[in-house]
Amino acid sequence: MDSKTTNNPQNDLVSFSLFLADSSLIMGHRLSEWTGHGPMLEQDIAISNIALDLIGQARNFYQYSAKLNNEIYPGKNTTEDDLAYLRDANQFKNLLITELPNGDWSKTIGKIFFFSSWQFYFYQKLISSSDDQLAAIAEKSLKEVTYHNKWSSEWVIRLGDGTKESKKRTQNAIDDLWQYTGELFIATEFEINVEKCLCIDVRAIREDWLKKVKAVLKEATLHFPSEESWMQKGGKDGIHTEHLGFILAEMQFLQRAYPGLEW
Amino acid sequence: MDSEPLWEVFIRSKQGLEHKHVGSLHAADAKMAIENARDVYTRRMEGVSIWVVESKNIFATNPDEAESLFDPANDKIYRHPTFYNLPDELKYM
Repeated sequence: MDSKTTNNPQNDLVSFSLFLADSSLIMGHRLSEWTGHGPMLEQDIAISNIALDLIGQARNFYQYSAKLNNEIYPGKNTTEDDLAYLRDANQFKNLLITELPNGDWSKTIGKIFFFSSWQFYFYQKLISSSDDQLAAIAEKSLKEVTYHNKWSSEWVIRLGDGTKESKKRTQNAIDDLWQYTGELFIATEFEINVEKCLCIDVRAIREDWLKKVKAVLKEATLHFPSEESWMQKGGKDGIHTEHLGFILAEMQFLQRAYPGLEW
Repeated sequence: MDSEPLWEVFIRSKQGLEHKHVGSLHAADAKMAIENARDVYTRRMEGVSIWVVESKNIFATNPDEAESLFDPANDKIYRHPTFYNLPDELKYM
């Protein structure tokens, strides 16, 4: 880690930390759009709590990314806010599933279910990684994610095994979202590079994830989409859907229009 | 979602204390009521344990009978243990 060249392995660690930060932030920001619009007061609060948990996780990962970045480029004094508010869409490394529009309640539930199931197994691996800071963030986040996963699993079961209408909508949501679950388990270059030192194999997490998803869909009396189907990818490498730009336009507006503004 | 029943929520703020009534909420069943209670009433570290009970299962006194039920206690001050001389050594009573 003493090299200051562009091949600095610490750059990969920054990318890896940013990938986790961006995924949590964009997911959290999307879910925050439900605040004040939930189907009932209790669920409005529940989903706002989840959004806040995710934004909290993002902050931890951004702070760590900024620290690593400042070690590589001393004098730049990058802050967590710079990383969240002053990067463009092609620099964001979030998973595509996090930026998709919320749709109806069943689609939002499907998003949280797929994403939190992935986080659940991913953070379990990250806890035992050799990077103390990432391990500590993962340990704190895992408690939150465990609840998100339980909550969304129960909603999938409730809606799938509910009325004719709720079953139809939930099946449609699962089928629509499915193509965005592939990239969760395709390691991109910086992941492969950090895997060696962090000992995280993202592909190995897939087996646990599939088992969990299949069990919940079965209990929800929903059919499981094909494992062989074509999958979208690109989020981790900055290639996004058309939706991310709109999210950033809203989220970053204030800092772009009034740089450094605080309240 | 008007059809979802109402539940009363009781929270234990810390080990050793009793569960206290904190409010009510709507939920489809007990499992959801517990989760809703967790999300609505324990966001600021208010609790370590939650009870929920469907509101319809709570039987309450009739306000019309309040006079006959509670007023008679008004002039029975001798029911309070305040007519004893406490020794000086006894503190915190």
